[in-house]
Amino acid sequence: MTVSARKRLQPQPPSANGRVFSSSDRRDLLTIEALPAETIIGLLDRSDEYLKSLIATGPFQKSKLLEGRTIVNLFFENSTRTRTSFELAERRLGGDAVTISPAASSLTKGESILDTVHVLEAMKVDAFVVRHSASGVPAFLAKHLPPHVHVINAGDGAHEHPTQALLDAAELRAALGNLRGKRIAIVGDITHSRVARSNMWLLKKLGVHVTLVGPETLLPPSVGEVFGVAVSHNIESVLAESDAIIALRIQLERQSRGLFPSIEEYRERYGLTIQRLARTRAIILHPGPVNVGIELDHEIASHDRSFMLRQVKRGVAVRMAVLEWIFSN
Amino acid sequence: MDLLLRNAHLVDPSLGLDATGMDVEILGGVITRIGKSLQSSAEVCDLNGAVVAPGFFDMHVHLREPGQEYKETIATGLTAAAAGGFTGICCMPNTEPSISDPFVVSYIKERAAGHLVDLVICGTMTKGRKGEELAPMAALVDAGVKMISDDGGAVRSAEVMRRVFEYAKMFDLLVTQHCEEHSMTAGAAMNEGHTSTKLGIPGWPAVAEDIIVARDILLAEYVGNVRYHAAHLSTKGSVRLVREAKGRGATVSCEVTPHHFMLTDQAVEKHGTMAKMNPPLRAEDDINAIIEGLQDGTIDCIATDHAPHAMHEKETDIVSASFGIIGLETAIPIGLTYLVKPGHLSLSQYIEKCSINPRKALKLPAVQIKEKERANLTIFDPHKTWRFEESDIRSKSKNTPFVGEEFTGKVIGTINNDHAYWSN
Ligand SMILES: [Zn+2]
Repeated sequence: MTVSARKRLQPQPPSANGRVFSSSDRRDLLTIEALPAETIIGLLDRSDEYLKSLIATGPFQKSKLLEGRTIVNLFFENSTRTRTSFELAERRLGGDAVTISPAASSLTKGESILDTVHVLEAMKVDAFVVRHSASGVPAFLAKHLPPHVHVINAGDGAHEHPTQALLDAAELRAALGNLRGKRIAIVGDITHSRVARSNMWLLKKLGVHVTLVGPETLLPPSVGEVFGVAVSHNIESVLAESDAIIALRIQLERQSRGLFPSIEEYRERYGLTIQRLARTRAIILHPGPVNVGIELDHEIASHDRSFMLRQVKRGVAVRMAVLEWIFSN
Repeated sequence: MDLLLRNAHLVDPSLGLDATGMDVEILGGVITRIGKSLQSSAEVCDLNGAVVAPGFFDMHVHLREPGQEYKETIATGLTAAAAGGFTGICCMPNTEPSISDPFVVSYIKERAAGHLVDLVICGTMTKGRKGEELAPMAALVDAGVKMISDDGGAVRSAEVMRRVFEYAKMFDLLVTQHCEEHSMTAGAAMNEGHTSTKLGIPGWPAVAEDIIVARDILLAEYVGNVRYHAAHLSTKGSVRLVREAKGRGATVSCEVTPHHFMLTDQAVEKHGTMAKMNPPLRAEDDINAIIEGLQDGTIDCIATDHAPHAMHEKETDIVSASFGIIGLETAIPIGLTYLVKPGHLSLSQYIEKCSINPRKALKLPAVQIKEKERANLTIFDPHKTWRFEESDIRSKSKNTPFVGEEFTGKVIGTINNDHAYWSN
């Protein structure tokens, strides 16, 4: 690590003391909200370094940074992409990685989340990477774990998905340069999206003008005011001005819950079609997995302005940078 | 029990009484003399100017017995009530089995007999709180039930609710609703607003409460001559609806909980699941409307919605955590700190909401501080600053966000049924 990078990665002063939704005297990655811009930039810089080593051909030189460290990936909610990305990052840094999906595991029969975590911690675990369907679970666990056991949020409810926002920002920065003053639209189901929330926090910290695009029924109340972003109900309004568009996955069951009338109407107003791509210079990101033909036309995935595969590659690099930072005390 | 309370500040709004430096002699549980510098053979208890008020009554308490004794029993709940300054409470019917049956009423009455705290029982409105068939109200009233509610949830069907009002009217029974339009609150874990938007937590919109308050007021007025009491109101909309209904002369009353005028939904960020209530903590302007409603008489009562839960039911994620907090032992400190100290309510207005009005709503005999009356008293120091600690809790459950909280105003003791309880 370079001297300047090390400096930027120094522990941050405790912020919101004793709060349940963030932690203070510990080194965790729970939210982007609590992460200072300097730390974010430090992590993006380090991910650039790791990305170089991932792009190079030939066998990967395993690092010894996490030698002797045990990391448990605790995925209460399944996600092949994020889970695999964390596992690879942990192993490439020389750590021991164990993945547990409590729903499918006999370990957790009748146990509470807290019981599960205490049982695992007793086996000497250095960090937990936590994915859960309810907001606040990683922070809740951090509050109940000793300070030397770190927690990394791999997505909690509709709250945050910090590593996704970091990897998106790293790719945006690689493509657009300094992000200050850039215009980025986030399109889709904002209400139920942790990706949207982490992205809003992060992009605002880096000086980006963010516009949310979605039907009123998929925008949470006062979201513009809460996050300091613009809101639009039609994708056409952002095509010309946007430097990047982040499309979100639409959960098809939202339709049966009455949140939008039909897939056809959603695609009509919010889908990134090949025709729309011609009316914007924006690069296109999507956290995946894509509902092809709904959020994005089939042809867009392979378009040269599509960043989906780069995002996946960057995901590993960003998670390596995060792990390095977590253990760099 | 013989006692001489020395140097008391007597406040009884029903008598227009507000006098300092008073002595009260209690012999055999009855107030025998009130005056200055009394001489008596009874044991002297110097109150150093503390307030003595007619005993406080909490209309909305979950005792959990029968069925969930691991959370609270009648015995531990009544002790927590006495320690918290209440000489009477009304227990809600969402026990297991629920209070839909006169046998459950007798069981509870038996378990509560002989205690300092009077226990009034609320029965269900519909059988098993299912919202479908009417509860056996005649039998429940005969067994001693004074109020009915399906608390924990609202009766969903307007048709069923109309029949509840009609049937309850025959017994002049107080009908209480937990006001929640359930079709709008599925999966909700906190108020819908800025904080839920920020945290990505499913929201419970204020309008879902207002809708049921409005529906019930309209139904009660349509049926006519029926007493309706809206439980634990939390929104500015419901305060307005009750105010308008009272303005038309409707026989409507309502209550608020201490946590709903103390905390906003931002508390979820600090306290997590300990700030998960139903109805949820709301916004600043809801608190302002509640305070106005308390001041102008729109809101009649303060009730705790004491809702004990075991730690494992709270120490989990916000979606699966149980709703509610214990409230009996923090209600008076919160009221004194957040209503009386800032001058929103005078001491006598506050005592009205906690003692006089709940008994009025339930048509219970009045409790007064005068000679020959039974001594039914709540004693508190409105100026004492102290910190609430977990070791203070007498309730069987400890689910409260207030541990470590500093309050101005502390309960000293309660006297009723020829017993005294001294909180320390
Ligand atoms: Zn209720």
